Amino acid sequence: MDFDLTEEHLAIQDAVAKVCSDFDDEYWTEKDTKAEFPHEFHRAMAEGGWLGITMPEELGGSGLGVTEAALMMNAVAKGGGGAAAMSTLQINLFAPHPIVVLGTPEQKERMLAPLISGSEKTCFGVTEANAGLNTTAITTFAGRVDGGYVVNGSKLWTSTAQEADNILLLTRTTPLAECTKPTDGMTIFFTRLNREKIEVQRIPKMGRSAVDSNAIFIEDLFIPERDRIGDEGKGFYYLLHSLNPERIIVAAGAVGIAEDALRRASRYAQEREVFGRVIGQNQGIQHPLAENWCQIEAARMMMLKAADLYDSGKSCGAYANAAKFLGGRAAFDTATQAVLTHGGMGYAKEYQVERLLREAMLQRLTPVSEQLILSFIAEKELDLPRSY
Amino acid sequence: MKILIPIKRVIDFNVRIRVKKDGSGVETANVKMSMNPFCEIAVEEAVRIKEAGKAEEIIAVAIGGRQCQDILRTALAMGADRAILIETDVEVQPLAIAKLLKATIEKESPGLAILGKQAIDGDNNQTGQMLSALLGWSQAAFASNIEFTDTGLEVTREVDGGLETIAIKLPAVVTTDLRLNEPRYVKLPNIMKARKKPLDVMTPQELGVDVAPSIDVLDIAEPPARAAGVKVADVNELVDKLRNEAKVI
Ligand SMILES: Cc1cc2nc3c(=O)[nH]c(=O)nc-3n(C[C@H](O)[C@H](O)[C@H](O)COP(=O)(O)OP(=O)(O)OC[C@H]3O[C@@H](n4cnc5c(N)ncnc54)[C@H](O)[C@@H]3O)c2cc1C
Repeated sequence: MDFDLTEEHLAIQDAVAKVCSDFDDEYWTEKDTKAEFPHEFHRAMAEGGWLGITMPEELGGSGLGVTEAALMMNAVAKGGGGAAAMSTLQINLFAPHPIVVLGTPEQKERMLAPLISGSEKTCFGVTEANAGLNTTAITTFAGRVDGGYVVNGSKLWTSTAQEADNILLLTRTTPLAECTKPTDGMTIFFTRLNREKIEVQRIPKMGRSAVDSNAIFIEDLFIPERDRIGDEGKGFYYLLHSLNPERIIVAAGAVGIAEDALRRASRYAQEREVFGRVIGQNQGIQHPLAENWCQIEAARMMMLKAADLYDSGKSCGAYANAAKFLGGRAAFDTATQAVLTHGGMGYAKEYQVERLLREAMLQRLTPVSEQLILSFIAEKELDLPRSY
Repeated sequence: MKILIPIKRVIDFNVRIRVKKDGSGVETANVKMSMNPFCEIAVEEAVRIKEAGKAEEIIAVAIGGRQCQDILRTALAMGADRAILIETDVEVQPLAIAKLLKATIEKESPGLAILGKQAIDGDNNQTGQMLSALLGWSQAAFASNIEFTDTGLEVTREVDGGLETIAIKLPAVVTTDLRLNEPRYVKLPNIMKARKKPLDVMTPQELGVDVAPSIDVLDIAEPPARAAGVKVADVNELVDKLRNEAKVI
C-alpha cells in the first residue's frame, strides 16, 4: 500500500497553486459581490493547459485520469477561489466524457478542441424542475424532423449558461410511458446555445455568485443530426459513466474549501488576543479545529481511494459517493467553525470565511444530495431495500 | 551553445523552518521541498536565451539524493532539454559542488553556466564564484540583466551602491539576482513532456570528485526571540536611551 502522491501529482498541485496565487481574496470577493464570471482566472487556467487535463492528447489535452483532475480541483478550491473557482472549470473535466468516448473524430475536433483551448465554454443541462433527482422523469423532448430534431422543454440550475457557447443537453426522445425501462429513451446532444430559441434566466442564489446558474426555456430549437452524441435512446447510460468522476472531483474541491477555511481559522486563532492571550490557546477553539483536520484528512483519503479505484478500472460507486458525502461535510463543518473562530469578524466579508461557508453549503447539495448518497450506500453496501 | 543550469532542492520558502532538537540541522521530514527560488530564475533566464535563438540546449544539473529528480522535472517542464542528477546522500558543501560542476562542464562543454546567487537554505553565496575560479571562466555575480553582445555578455549587477554593468567574455559563469526575471508557471502539457525528456544519473565517484565535507557544523540554533519594545514619552527620553542604554549614539 502506498499513500504517497507521485512526483507528477505534486508537480500538478504546485503548478496549479502558482496560477491560483495570482488571484487574491480581493479578486474573489469582487467576483462574488458583483456576480461576475471569473474570466481572467478561466483564461489563466486555459493558458496553463489545465482545461484539457482529462481530454485526449491528440486534441491538445493531457489524457490524465480522475486522480490528477481531482488533485487539480483540490488545489483550485484551496487557492482561495473556493467553489467559484471550481465551477469555472468543472464542466470541462468530465461532462464532455460521452463525446470523448462516443464522439466521431469530426465531433471531437469540433466540440472538444475549443473547450480545451478555452476559446469556447459549455453548460450542462440535466436537472429539470419536475424531475429533480429522479432524472428519468425529465420531459424535455427532442422530436425527429428532417435532418435532425426539434427540442422543447426546460432545464433548471443549468450553470454557466450565461457565458456558454454550447450546451450539453439531455432530452427524452421516447416518452417515459412508451419505454420498457425508465432509463431508456433518452438522448444526449452537444449543440450551439442558440439564444433565439433558448431563454436563459439567472437564478439569484446564496453563494458562488460569480458563476451563474439558470432556469432555461427551450422553444422549437432545431438540433442537427451531427450534434447527437452516440446512439439515440442511450443517453442516460452514457451519462452514468461520468457520474462517479464528477462526485470524486467535487469531493476533492470540497476538501480544498475545507482546507482553506481551516488555514484561515488557525491563522486567526494564532493572532487574535483576547483576555491577554491568543484565542488559539483555548481548547474550546483548538479542539473543534483539530476535529476539522481529522474530517478533512479522512475525506481526502476516501477521495483519493475512489479516484484510484476508478483510474484502475475497478468499481468505485460506494467510495465515490462516500467521498462526496465526507467532503461536503468537511467543507461545511470546517467553514462553520472558521466563522465561529473569527467571532464577529467571521461575519465580515473581509475575512472570506463567510463566503466559504456559503459555498460550502453547496457541496452538500450537489451534484447529488446526501440523502441519495446514503440511500445508495444502504442499498449497495448494506443490502437494505432500495428506497428511491 | 549549451547552457548549464545547476539547481538546488531546498525547503520551500513558505515553510516555517524548525531546528532539530539536537541542534544537528533543521527538520526536513514531511516538509515541503522546492527548487531554490534563485535557481528558478536561472532556469527561466536560460529558457529565455534559448527562445531568443541564442542557445541550442539547456542542461539542468542537481546534486543530492534521488528526491532531487522532482526539481529536475520542474526544470524540464519549464523548458530545459535534459537533466543530470549527481546522486549522493552526502550533504555536499559549496567547494565540492563547484568541483562536481566543473567535472560536468568538462564533459558537456557548455558556453555558459547560470546559477542562483545563493540557496535560501545555507545562504552561502559561494558556488558560482568558486566554479568560475576553478574553470578560469569569466564571472558575473548578482545579475539583474543579461544582454548578448558580439564579444560576449553585458551583465548588469546589483551592487551596494546601485547597478553596475560589466562586459564579460564567454564562456562565463553568471549568478542570478531576484530582479533578473519572473519565472514562468509550469504548464500542464509541459509537465507531460518533461516525463519523456532524458534524466541521467551519475555519481561523484564517476566524476572523480571527493565530496566528503571539509567544514564541521558545530551547532544549529533558532534565532533568539525578539524582546518586546518599549514606549518612550518624548524625543529626549529616546535620545537618552539610545545614548545611555543601547549605547548606539
Ligand atoms: C448552484 C447549483 C448549480 C447547479 N448546476 C447544475 C448544472 O449545471 N446542471 C444541472 O443539470 N444541474 C445543476 N444543478 C442541479 C443539482 O444537480 C440538483 O439541485 C440536485 O441534483 C438535486 O436535485 P433537486 O434540486 O431537484 O432536489 P430534489 O430532487 O427536489 O430533492 C429535494 C430533497 O429531497 C430529497 N429526496 C428526494 N427524493 C428522496 C428519496 N427518495 N429519499 C430521500 N430523500 C429524497 C433530496 O435528497 C433533497 O434533499 C445545480 C444546483 C445548484 C444548487
